[in-house]
Amino acid sequence: MEGLTLSDAEQKYYSDLFSYCDIESTKKVVVNGRVLELFRAAQLPNDVVLQIMELCGATRLGYFGRSQFYIALKLVAVAQSGFPLRVESINTVKDLPLPRFVASKNEQESRHAASFSSDSENQGSYSGVIPPPPGRGQVKKGPGSHDAVQPRASADQQEPASPVVSPQQSPPTSPHTWRKHNRHPSGGNSERPLAGPGPFWSPFGDTQSGSSAGDAVWSGHSPPPPQENWVSFADTPPTSTLLTMHPASVQDQTTVRTVASATTANEIRRQSSSYDDPWKITDEQRQYYVNQFKTIQPDLNGLIPGSAAKEFFTKSKLPILELSHIWELSDFDKDGALTLDEFCAAFHLVVARKNGYDLPEKLPESLMPKLIDLEDSADVGDQPGEVGYSGSPAEAPPSKSPSMPSLNQTWPELNQSSEDTAIVHPVPIRMTPSKIHMQEMELRRGSSDHTNPTSPLLMKTSDLSEENKINSSVKFPSGNTVADGYSSSDSFPSDPEQIGSNVTRQRSHSGTSPDNTAPPPPPPRPQPSHSRSSSLDMNRTFAVTTGQQQAGVVAHPPAVPPRPQPSQAPGPSVHRPVDADGLITHTSTSPQQIPEQPNFADFSQFEVFAASNVTEEQDSEAEKHPEVLPTEKASDPTTSLRIAQADGKIEEKTAASVPANVSKGTTPLAPPPKPVRRRLKSEDELRPDVDEHTQKTGVLAAVLASQPSIPRSVGKDKKAIQASIRRNKETNTVLARLNSELQQQLKDVLEERISLEVQLEQLRPFSHL
Amino acid sequence: MDRVCVCVLPMSSLRPNYPLYIRSTPTENELKFHYMVHTSLDVVDEKISAMGKALVDQRELYLGLLYPTEDYKVYGYVTNSKVKFVMVVDSSNTALRDNEIRSMFRKLHNSYTDVMCNPFYNPGDRIQSRAFDNMVTSMMIQVC
Repeated sequence: MEGLTLSDAEQKYYSDLFSYCDIESTKKVVVNGRVLELFRAAQLPNDVVLQIMELCGATRLGYFGRSQFYIALKLVAVAQSGFPLRVESINTVKDLPLPRFVASKNEQESRHAASFSSDSENQGSYSGVIPPPPGRGQVKKGPGSHDAVQPRASADQQEPASPVVSPQQSPPTSPHTWRKHNRHPSGGNSERPLAGPGPFWSPFGDTQSGSSAGDAVWSGHSPPPPQENWVSFADTPPTSTLLTMHPASVQDQTTVRTVASATTANEIRRQSSSYDDPWKITDEQRQYYVNQFKTIQPDLNGLIPGSAAKEFFTKSKLPILELSHIWELSDFDKDGALTLDEFCAAFHLVVARKNGYDLPEKLPESLMPKLIDLEDSADVGDQPGEVGYSGSPAEAPPSKSPSMPSLNQTWPELNQSSEDTAIVHPVPIRMTPSKIHMQEMELRRGSSDHTNPTSPLLMKTSDLSEENKINSSVKFPSGNTVADGYSSSDSFPSDPEQIGSNVTRQRSHSGTSPDNTAPPPPPPRPQPSHSRSSSLDMNRTFAVTTGQQQAGVVAHPPAVPPRPQPSQAPGPSVHRPVDADGLITHTSTSPQQIPEQPNFADFSQFEVFAASNVTEEQDSEAEKHPEVLPTEKASDPTTSLRIAQADGKIEEKTAASVPANVSKGTTPLAPPPKPVRRRLKSEDELRPDVDEHTQKTGVLAAVLASQPSIPRSVGKDKKAIQASIRRNKETNTVLARLNSELQQQLKDVLEERISLEVQLEQLRPFSHL
Repeated sequence: MDRVCVCVLPMSSLRPNYPLYIRSTPTENELKFHYMVHTSLDVVDEKISAMGKALVDQRELYLGLLYPTEDYKVYGYVTNSKVKFVMVVDSSNTALRDNEIRSMFRKLHNSYTDVMCNPFYNPGDRIQSRAFDNMVTSMMIQVC
C-alpha cells in the first residue's frame, strides 16, 4: 500500500480506534470482528465496506494490521465524504474529515471526528458535529464552560439530524461529551485532541479536566463504552478503568455516571424534553398550528392541497428555495398534500427558520408525522426519549386523528380494507360462476354503486356482483373484459349447473347467517338437498298460499326457465321477452351468487327465479339493474318458494338476491339478504301482494317484513359498496401488476432490439471515421 | 476516477431541451459532458420518434444505450411527459450493468416526480432540491 500520511488529529483518532479494536492488546493486529463492527457503524453500504477492506489489503493479509486499519479508516472517511473509493484517494483527498461511525460507539467517534475535523476550533467543530438539541440541556449541566455550551447549543441546531441519527444514544452521551469538550478547549492543545475523544469514548466519567489522565486512560481503553446506552460499549472494564483512573474527576464522573446510570429512556426523555429542542413542538405551538390548519382545511383529518399550502407558506416571506426544502422535508408521504401532522411539521420548520435556525437535512424525529399507531411506536422506539416523550403526551390525542388521515392517505387501501373487513368479511364463494358473470356482476355493481347505494335491492345486486367479483378476481387475474352483463349472460345458459349452484349458494348464504355480515358460504350444505325437499314443500306451500303463485311455481319447477315469465309476471313482461336471455342471465347471475349447493341446480328454480326476476324487475331494483334484479327476484321467489319453510332458505334467497344487489359481497350478503328475505317471505306470505305490485316488490316486501333491520341493510349496503369498491381495486391492482409485468417483458425485448441496433450503428460509423 | 454525468431535460416549449439539472462527478471537464449530453439529444429524439409510432404507452421509458463513444457510454430515458434523463458513464466502468442503469433511471424518475410534487417548484426552474441532489450524489458514488 502506498504510504499513508495522516494529520495529527487523524493519527490520534486512528490510534484510538485501533486500540479500541485491539481488544487483545496485541498492538499489532486488530480483531476482525471489532473492525467489521466499526465499519458497519460507519453506515456505509456493504459493498463499499468490502471494497475498503479489499483496498486496504486486509483481505489479502487476512487480518487488519495497523497500517491496514489506518488505511481502512481513511477510506471510510473518503467514502463518507462522497468521494469514490480509490487507493490513491487516500492521500490525494485533502482535508478529509475523520471517518464517522454512527452506531454505538460511532457517535462518540463521530463527534470525535467532527471535533477533529475542524482542527482549529474545537468548540466550533464540536458544535458542528454534536447532535444538537437533545444534549444541549445536558451540556449545560456541565460544571464549567457554559460559554462553550452556548455557542455549541446554538450551533447544534444546525445539526438536528445528528440526534436523529442515533437518538437514543446521543442524548445521554452527547451532553457529556460536549461537556468534556468544553473543558477540553480550555486545556492544552495536545491534550485537547485526546481529551476530546476521551470524553467521547467514555462520556460518563471521563476526564473532564484531567487531560493527561484522560489521555492516558483514553489511549489505554480507547472508546470505553458509554455506560448504558451504548450497546457495544457494554464492556464495563474500560469504563471502570477509566473511572478509576481519574480520581480527580471522580466528582464529575460520579455526576456523569449518575447521569449516565440514570440515563434510562425516561431520563433521556426528560432531559431531552426539558431541553430546548428546536424541533419539538410545544403544546401552544401545536394548538396554533392546528388552528391555522383549520383555517385552510376545516377537516382535521383532511389534506391541504399543495397549492393552498404554497400560498399559505409564501406569506411567511421565506425564500422559495427554502420553502421548497421545507416542503420536501415535511411532505412525508410525497403525495403533494399536507396532513395535519405534515402541516405542523412544515409550520414548525418555517417558524424555526424565521427564528434563525437552519433547516435540517432530514426531518427531525419529533416532526415526523405519526403514520400509524404501530408506526408511532416504531418511530418512538427509534427515539424514545424525544418523540415518545415529547411527542406522545401532547400529540398522541391529536395525532390519532392526524395519524388516521395520514394513514388514510398513505395507505388508503389498507384503511378501506380494514374498514371493509371490519364490516364485510370476504365471503368465499364456492360457486364457480363464469367469468363473464363476474364481470357482469362487476358492471352491475359498479353501476349500482353509483346509483342507489341505499336501495336494498341495489345492495343485493351489488352483493351478488360482489360475490361474483370475488370469484372473478380470484379466478382470472388476467382480467377478463367486463362484458356487459347482458351480453355475457348469453353464456349463462350454458351453465345450468352453475346457475343451480348459484341458487344453492344463495340459499346457503341466506341460510347460514342471516345476521352475519358476510357469512362465508359454508360448504355445500345439506340445504340444497334440503332445499330440494323444501322445494317440494315450497311447492306445497305455494300451492297452499297462492293459487296463482303456485301455479306459476308449480309450473316453474317442471318447466324450463324462460317461460315462467308469462305465468308469473304480468308487469315485467317487458323484461320477460328480453329475458329470454335475461332470465337465464338472471338466474345464472343469481345462482352465481348463491355460494353453495351446486347440487341445487334445479332448473325449476331457474324458472322460479325467472318468475321472481320478473317480479323483482318491477321492483325498485328495476331501476338499477333490471337484468340483475329480475334474475335475483326470480331467484328470490324461487328460492323463497323452495325455502319458504326454512328460514335458512329464505336467507338463501335473500342472499341470492342480495348478491345481485349488493356488490359488496360478504357483508352485503348479510344485509341485502335481509331485505330480500323479507321480500321473499312476503312473497310467500303475501301472494296476493305479489300480484299487486310486481312480484319483485312483493318478494322484497316480504323479505323486508320478515327482517327487521332494513336500515341496517341500508347501512350495510354502503359497506357493501365500499367492499365492492375495494374488490374492484384489488382486481385493478392484480390487472395492473400483470400489465406491468407484460410491459416489462416488452421493454426487455425492445431493449435487446435497441442494443442490437446500436451495435449495428457502431459498425457503420467506422466506415467514415 | 470514474466519471458520471446526469442530466434532466424537459421538453418545454419555452426552452426546449434546456437542462433542468446537470451534474457530473468530477467537476472538471463538465463542459465536455454538457456537450455530450447535447449531442445525445438527437439520438434521443430519434429513438422517441422511432418508437413512438405506436401508442405512447407502448413506448419504453428506458431508451438504453444511446451511443457509445470510445470513452463514454450514454444512456437515455424518456418519461411519458417527454422529460429526458441522460446519463453519461465511463466506458471503463464495465461493472455497470444494464439493470443497474435502469434502476438508476427509475430512481431519477421517482425523485423527479417528488420534485414536481413540490408546490413551490415551478416547472421550468432548475432543480434545486436537496433531496434530489442527495439522491443523485449517492447514485454517482455508487457508480464510481
